[in-house]
Amino acid sequence: MKKGTFKGGVHLPGYKDMTQGLGIVTAVIPDKVYIPLSQHIGAPCSPIVQVGEEVKKGQKIGEGKGFVTAPVHASVSGKVVAIETREHPGGNFVPCIVIENDRREEWEKTIKPRSNPQDLSPEEIRKIVFEAGIVGMGGATFPAHVKYSPVEGKKAEVVVLNGVECEPYITSDHRLMLEKAERVVAGLQYIMKSVDCSKGVIGIEDNKPDAIEVMEKAASGVPGIEVMSLPEKYPQGSEKQLIYSCTGREVPVGGLPLAVGVVVSNVGTSVAVAEAIEEGKPLIERILTLNGDGVKSPANYSVRVGTLFSDLIEQSGGYTGEIEKIIAGGPMMGKTVYTDSVPVIKGSSGVVVYKKKEQEVFKERDCVRCARCVDGCPQFLEPTTLMKLAKRQQWEEAEKNYALNCIECGSCEYVCPARIPLLQYIRRAKQEITAINRAKANK
Amino acid sequence: MNNQGNLLTVTPSPHLHSSNSIPAAMRDVIIALIPAFIASVYFFRISAVLVVVTCIVTAVVCEMAAQKLMKREVTVNDYSAVITGLLLALTLPATVPLWVAAIGAAVAIIIGKQLFGGLGNNIFNPALIGRAFLLASWPVATTGWVTPIDGVSTATPLGIIKESLGSELPNLTDMFIGNIAGCLGETSALALLLGALYLIYKKHIDWRIPTGYLATVFAITAVVGMTKGQGLSYPVFHLFAGGLMLGAFFMATDWVTTPVTKKGRVVFGIGCGLITVLIRLKGGYPEGVCYSILLMNTLAPLIDRYTKDRVFGGGKSHA
Repeated sequence: MKKGTFKGGVHLPGYKDMTQGLGIVTAVIPDKVYIPLSQHIGAPCSPIVQVGEEVKKGQKIGEGKGFVTAPVHASVSGKVVAIETREHPGGNFVPCIVIENDRREEWEKTIKPRSNPQDLSPEEIRKIVFEAGIVGMGGATFPAHVKYSPVEGKKAEVVVLNGVECEPYITSDHRLMLEKAERVVAGLQYIMKSVDCSKGVIGIEDNKPDAIEVMEKAASGVPGIEVMSLPEKYPQGSEKQLIYSCTGREVPVGGLPLAVGVVVSNVGTSVAVAEAIEEGKPLIERILTLNGDGVKSPANYSVRVGTLFSDLIEQSGGYTGEIEKIIAGGPMMGKTVYTDSVPVIKGSSGVVVYKKKEQEVFKERDCVRCARCVDGCPQFLEPTTLMKLAKRQQWEEAEKNYALNCIECGSCEYVCPARIPLLQYIRRAKQEITAINRAKANK
Repeated sequence: MNNQGNLLTVTPSPHLHSSNSIPAAMRDVIIALIPAFIASVYFFRISAVLVVVTCIVTAVVCEMAAQKLMKREVTVNDYSAVITGLLLALTLPATVPLWVAAIGAAVAIIIGKQLFGGLGNNIFNPALIGRAFLLASWPVATTGWVTPIDGVSTATPLGIIKESLGSELPNLTDMFIGNIAGCLGETSALALLLGALYLIYKKHIDWRIPTGYLATVFAITAVVGMTKGQGLSYPVFHLFAGGLMLGAFFMATDWVTTPVTKKGRVVFGIGCGLITVLIRLKGGYPEGVCYSILLMNTLAPLIDRYTKDRVFGGGKSHA
């Protein structure tokens, strides 16, 4: 088996032991689901149902304008009881369609298995992917059909599936590969067909040897598809780093993966594609890991979109005590939410709950120039230099030092012995630079 | 359940931090210096202990006093002053009067470190500032070399070469183990290497600086050795003589005063090697490690500027 890795990065504790051995459990379907009208990057959806209307499971209830968008679907059958603005796991407020579950689990009539999935043309596959509302399920939530659409003058040569799962605590993709390996491979074949390329690579971090074995078995005999074992290092699952590890190609600054002939999708996205094509199912449920020392029984759930975090936490036996933080996503890049009444969305790979602990007494110190952040940056930036420029508000100089290339993986801050919130300084610089550039463009 | 009615803490990512901290790293440096300290006590007995204790206590007290006077947070519990004191002691001979050692430690901390703004803001390696100050102020007191164990006055191996004293040079095995005249911590290359390996293993120091440094010294002295017809023993002698091992692994690798870029660290090491050999072979002093590192410290920011890494996906270097 081929191996590959990238330069920079850090070694993190996994915290995956609690859940990686636990099979996927179907989460209790709640009495009410809260479906945000924006669960993707791109134009938000507008509701196409009204309060009081009966909806079926899988029925389209919101759609957006333009090309870069993804429709949303009812994840249960029942009645629309409200369309209201609610907290979103992204940290903002977003209009949501609230559906009261009638417990009949009635599917939308048009949803049925397809008899001829092999005969679909690339255009037809992309149409199905779009209609199913599929977005990048690793957390980026970029609409999948856009990624799979041809770009003038660029040819896709290889599809890379991301089965890395480098965020600590999260094991949803691990379980998905173990339990739905055939579906992952089938989805990859459809994606390869939709982008008209004959080579597929499934990259998996080597801390999941069982998943590598199962995926190799599922991919054996399938022409053009190989599994790659990637050494455990964060952020191996970051798109550009993954492409480099799997193909040795570097995505140019500011460019998309297609610039080097690569299309990347998450393994979860691949399963969603297979289910949409073979069974006609829209994206209304996903696998999610609930983990952390703040919940009694961590688990891997198969959960309907729109289920509240609090519903899952209740199913896991509640909190272990007073809690400090709930993180939507993993601890390195996830966002904290101030309440547990936020819904699971298409991009929710995990929820991590931290118990309240003795406050750590580490105070921010002056930079000691140890350069661990420089060595750890997978984008080859100098976080300490960017931090100093941000403190002095030298935004132009920060841009020259490639602040905009920061992928916000947090490796620099993780290793900093002076406990400087490096990433926060760099985020500030990025915001200022973007604002300055926008003002210039508007002149 | 709604979080028991409380709003939860909201912070920007990452929500995970390594156990790495300044005090933890400094503790590791102290651990790494223990073999060299033990070797110095073995070779120079009680006088080694006295010099080391004097330097450490003075350094810590001065740091505390300076920070109090400057109304800064007192940070002696990060162990950095302990290291400065210990490193300075290891660059002094066993015969140094204790009051001289104490003044060296005070200068290192107050002038070398606190007046620049404290840990992280100093331009020069504080311990070397202390040593350079003493060497200029009390040249006799700081070069009273004695033989190990019996403590008879003698010259260091480098001194023997420099002054063409004609006395016999110690053999290389004695130089490796440390059974030679010299500063407390300089003599035993073996003890220093043990500590250095620990620091490299713990990723506190980068191999690039010591490698660049030692390789440069070795390469140049090998060429010189050939012209003198002395073969390989000459460059090996230079590696183990004087403060090179201590300097290369514990002084030239100081985080604060060395470049942050990878290429820059190689350049820094090579620069130290060049200046060291230049002083040893052509300069007025027998040893050049201290001044070579101090001189290269001044160049660290400049080296950083011209050795910037290319950005990932950016093709060429953007220096």
